[in-house]
Amino acid sequence: MTKRAARQVLFYAVLLGLWILIARLKIWPPYILPTPKGVWEALAAGFADHSFWIAIEVSMRRIAIGYGISVLLGVVLGLAIAGSKFLEDTLGGLLVSLQSLPSICWLPLAVLWFGLTEKAILFVVIMGSVLSVTIAMETGRQQMPRIYAMAGRNLGARGLKLFLYVLLPASLPYLVSGLKQGWAFAWRSLISGEMIFVSLGLGQLLMLGRDLNDMSQVVAVMLLIIAIGYLVDGLLFRTLERRLQEKWGLSPAA
Amino acid sequence: MTSPAQHPAIQRDLEDGSRSPLQVPNAAPALAPLPPKLSLRGISRNFRNSNQHDLLALERIDLQVRPGEFVCVVGPSGCGKSTLLHLIAGLAQPSAGTVLLDGRPVDGPDTGRILIFQDLGLFPWLTVIQNVEFGLRMAGVPKPERRFRSRNYLRLVHLGEFEDSYIHQLSGGMRQRVALARALATEPDVLLMDEPFAALDAQTRDLLHDELERIWRETGRTIIFVTHNVREAARLGDRVLLLTFRPGRVKREFTIDLPRPRHLEDVEVARTARDILDELRDEINKSREAEYRHDKTSR
Repeated sequence: MTKRAARQVLFYAVLLGLWILIARLKIWPPYILPTPKGVWEALAAGFADHSFWIAIEVSMRRIAIGYGISVLLGVVLGLAIAGSKFLEDTLGGLLVSLQSLPSICWLPLAVLWFGLTEKAILFVVIMGSVLSVTIAMETGRQQMPRIYAMAGRNLGARGLKLFLYVLLPASLPYLVSGLKQGWAFAWRSLISGEMIFVSLGLGQLLMLGRDLNDMSQVVAVMLLIIAIGYLVDGLLFRTLERRLQEKWGLSPAA
Repeated sequence: MTSPAQHPAIQRDLEDGSRSPLQVPNAAPALAPLPPKLSLRGISRNFRNSNQHDLLALERIDLQVRPGEFVCVVGPSGCGKSTLLHLIAGLAQPSAGTVLLDGRPVDGPDTGRILIFQDLGLFPWLTVIQNVEFGLRMAGVPKPERRFRSRNYLRLVHLGEFEDSYIHQLSGGMRQRVALARALATEPDVLLMDEPFAALDAQTRDLLHDELERIWRETGRTIIFVTHNVREAARLGDRVLLLTFRPGRVKREFTIDLPRPRHLEDVEVARTARDILDELRDEINKSREAEYRHDKTSR
């Protein structure tokens, strides 16, 4: 572990060193290749004048709503498809084929339907992530051993209780990869969607940097987007996976 | 129904369980005309297999079980033993016939009849005590009370110290006991056990036989216990039902009035087992032949 950490520190140090070196050589102007110092200052300035904080807040609220809807919708859809041969043959096939469509392709449609609004962005976020959750829930419900549902029913769990206390937790090991993938897609879709208009989010900050030829800000916001994605993955999904492993033993849904 | 807390017998140790003056004789006097706890009337069940052929799993099963009786069901694999338990549990419907509990027809699962599955079906996302209290939680019993009751049952199966463990952290025998405690916690009238000890090593199985016999006596539950192990049936049952190979019919009934507690090594148990096995052997051969034919045709 320490060896791994040492390697990583070394790697990033070399990367940073190269960047500083190339920037010093002044082959390209700063609006093509920003200096590390410029990016650092852009970061500090962005947080100091609250514009970054506001962008983070706006983007996080959007993804919480969009992703939340995706998860609810995906779980319900996935269960419905897993429970019905008819839906599996029809809707199930359609969803799989739709998965090959990059979510940003929904944007023109969303803008025509909803205009340049919050709804258009949410629509793209949902379309980007709902399929992953749906398909994971469907396979989870199908692959989950039947015995859990039977034991649950025998012990008096019915309807919503059976779903909440048996089917959902029993499918979680299968669902978690879909939740994670759905989150990654949702995050990407969100940033793409925010680029198209004055949306106040992180995506718009990127475009603002481009419009002002401020490459330092562009890179600063990119770093921010990476950091948030990484943090959520680490805090939310790693924790969830670790807890699942503790409960279920070494190989949940091996 | 008495809760285990009020049960004086629960505090007793497993070794002296037999000689206590408190002991209630479990074998109902033969004269008492008790109404049956459970009766099966003309139960049949068929399945449609993959090539659209109907397969008769159970045919016209009639059975009356007294309250507090321990009935073992033996038969070759494929005789529909597990199906029978699923029907009684209400997790499957018979194709013909009715299952009556206290004279009322059974339609669907109920916590009055708890099935302990061969694979147990313990919930890996819950701790031991959460598993045990699951049925009470579904019934809306408030937390302090269900904790209290579940702890008593965990103590009854000697797992009091493991209530916060997860299922994967337990050994096979301990998991069996959690399943038993979970089944007992809803205080079912009828306990249905589907080859529960098949996957255990011999020592653990012996120990669990003793515990099951003790718990059965202390709680007065009616037990239907499916096994392919004839020795086990003779060691545990008041009565052993022998099913035929496909379709499952009741071939013979053996009443076993050997004194309790019994042991697997008792000469009498061994002799009874041999009698049952003599009858069973034909059916096992039939089941082997069927498997052999199946192997040939599927090749």
